Amino acid sequence: MSSKLKLIGLSSAVSVLALSAAAQDPVSLTVVSWGGAYTASQQRAYHKPFMEANPHVTIINDDGSANALASLRAQSQAGNVTWDLVDMLPSDAQLACDEGIILQIDHDAMLAAAPDGTPPTEDFLPGSLGECFIPQIVYSTVLTYRPGAFEGAEQPSSIADLFDVENFPGRRALQDRPGTNLEWALYADGVDPDDIYDVLATPEGVDRAFAKLDTIKDHIIFWTEGAQAPQLLADGEVAFATGYNGRMFDAIEVEGMDAAIIWDGQVVEWDGWVVPADGPNEEVVMEYLYWATDTQRLADQAKFISYGPARASSAELVGQHADLGIDMAPHMPTNPDNYFAPIVLDNDFWVDYGDELRERFANWMLQ
Amino acid sequence: MAIQSATSEEGAVGTATDSRGRLVTSDGTPLRRALERANRRRKLTALALVAPLLAFILIFFAFPIAQMMWRSVDNPQIVNALPRTLVALEDWNGQGVPDEPVFAALHADMMEDLDRPRREQAIGPLGIRLNYELSAARSAISRTARNVPDFDAPYRDAFTDAHRLWGQPELWQIIKREGRPLTLSYYVAALDREYDAEGNIVKRPENRQIYVSLFGRTLALSLAITAMTFLLGFPIAYYLSTLPMRYANLLMIAVLLPFWTSLLVRTSAWIVLLQQQGVINNALVGMGFINDDGRFSLIYNQTGTIIAMTHILLPFMVLPLYSVMRTIPPTYLRAAKSLGATPWTAFRRVYFPQTLPGIGAGGVLVFIISIGYYITPALVSGQSGRMISNEIARHIQQSLNWGLAAALGTMLLVGVLVLYWLYNRLVGTDSLKFG
Repeated sequence: MSSKLKLIGLSSAVSVLALSAAAQDPVSLTVVSWGGAYTASQQRAYHKPFMEANPHVTIINDDGSANALASLRAQSQAGNVTWDLVDMLPSDAQLACDEGIILQIDHDAMLAAAPDGTPPTEDFLPGSLGECFIPQIVYSTVLTYRPGAFEGAEQPSSIADLFDVENFPGRRALQDRPGTNLEWALYADGVDPDDIYDVLATPEGVDRAFAKLDTIKDHIIFWTEGAQAPQLLADGEVAFATGYNGRMFDAIEVEGMDAAIIWDGQVVEWDGWVVPADGPNEEVVMEYLYWATDTQRLADQAKFISYGPARASSAELVGQHADLGIDMAPHMPTNPDNYFAPIVLDNDFWVDYGDELRERFANWMLQ
Repeated sequence: MAIQSATSEEGAVGTATDSRGRLVTSDGTPLRRALERANRRRKLTALALVAPLLAFILIFFAFPIAQMMWRSVDNPQIVNALPRTLVALEDWNGQGVPDEPVFAALHADMMEDLDRPRREQAIGPLGIRLNYELSAARSAISRTARNVPDFDAPYRDAFTDAHRLWGQPELWQIIKREGRPLTLSYYVAALDREYDAEGNIVKRPENRQIYVSLFGRTLALSLAITAMTFLLGFPIAYYLSTLPMRYANLLMIAVLLPFWTSLLVRTSAWIVLLQQQGVINNALVGMGFINDDGRFSLIYNQTGTIIAMTHILLPFMVLPLYSVMRTIPPTYLRAAKSLGATPWTAFRRVYFPQTLPGIGAGGVLVFIISIGYYITPALVSGQSGRMISNEIARHIQQSLNWGLAAALGTMLLVGVLVLYWLYNRLVGTDSLKFG
């Protein structure tokens, strides 16, 4: 009964809003994101409520984030920018920002303050804001294992166990890029998480990381696409797999896969919005951004996917999963129980040293 | 010739001639000119008919290829960002760190750039460009640029304090060497080489060499896949060509059916079949041929790439072979046998040589398609089955180093053209028969 009443109330409120906005010209925004469960969570937390409040706006989803950098450059060079808003990683955002193909952001002027008045530059998690980048979520790359692979024996519990093929035999599925893998190699070799990038910036540190990776090389399968990692675990192809915590949450909690996450050494990174320069509807985009990155909206997204909101003030508003009804807080990378030994991905480091290390990594893979 | 002879024999009887004895048409124009005009009109009509295709090829094929080649040598970033610095560097001998005038020019260049609107600033692209040559050069540029307005003379100290790289000759050597509108450095990198301090091209450290061996591997894998499609496709095509038409068409659909199925579906199906917990390994374990620890690694390596790509490219071999074999009269073989040849000799000396045009066409098709193949290796290759196209795609989409991607792409294109030329010299393209 009550939900029906609520529905009536909501729909009448919507129609009142619709009347007031009817005078405005229709606008359609092209929002580019990663597709799959992630776009679905944005659709439900941001796009749908925004379109209900602003009936003249239609939001069209484009799943182009994986190649967004190349597309943005191509659109900009052709002088025909068709994208309004793009979801991308901060390292890509930094490259695009250096090229001048996305807008610089004045966070305090363009975004909403926290409910208690804390300005955005203090409310967003430390280090997450970029020159042209507005973070939405914190995600992490975590190590996941299949308990069935170690039946009757001790279960793995740390990154060091990934490199211990004696006690924890079986194949390991790692992402085919140097990021995360090199950090973990050093971490397992005894480097403190805070010193990892200082060590990795030296030739000796790089040698040390590759030497550590050599010890498990014969047991590695490399994956490329995010969906491959949970698939390899589910098929029993591997004992360990690295993967994004949201996808692993989906596979374990929603699909019922038999696997467990090791939060030790989780590699934490942001994901967020950038605005293409010379986009067709800049004014509406800015309205949308102000609204969609406020404290409540960022907390809302966590109802649909297990990524942590990028604002400190959103953390206490994180509730239950919209469909499963389970408490989401324990599944957030930023939950204190999970955040005991995080490695925060250093995007400046990877923009600077990425090319060189990728070549070295590709060479190592081919050996 | 025909006209001349007609004139000499029949001119007096029926045809009109002008005062000089030339043939004319009924309205008095010389026949030769009228013929020329008609010919020209026919040529123009033909040209108009092919014009859309010609324009299509120019716009969507020739132009992008030319643009790709241009990108592989285009090098505007440093020239645009540091005009004064490059002039000041002309006197620098390449040893040690340059003197104050160079740093003053650098300061002036950066100050001018900061006054430009964001979209036109050259500093960002400069940092990205320099970082291709020297890691961390990007942050040297971007961090310095932020503080440049606060710098005071002497600038040399201000810059070297802002970032360590300004105090290293290496960065300056790169700026001087690459401060030209055209560069070969993308090709140098694509050949696993680099410049040393004296500007000579030398091999990269062993642990950073990837592209040359990747080209070699791509070539070897493509040849292996072509050989596999030939070995599998030849008997199929032969069998199809001996069947009555209605059965042959039915079986041809069986060859073509996978061809019409989505590439991703077929590749994923191979993953299901070949993985260690997959259908084939499970069946072998179930039948007791191998034990549980001895499961074969059939995918995420070269074996997987060859199996999946052979299956996907098989129709490209079967179709040309089949169309050539259908035209070989079976009477030739019977004639050979009746003249005393054994079945093997008849096949080898009489039948096989006649199928060569089909083998050539199928082989060239499969080889050229597989050398640039991308999706299947990306999904099933693991670490040992990668091909050069995967690296090119990565530089286009992720590292955004389009210069290097263009250099690799141009080398692949030239490589294919050279191989085609060789094929033409050895076998001759006249003998190709595609269907």
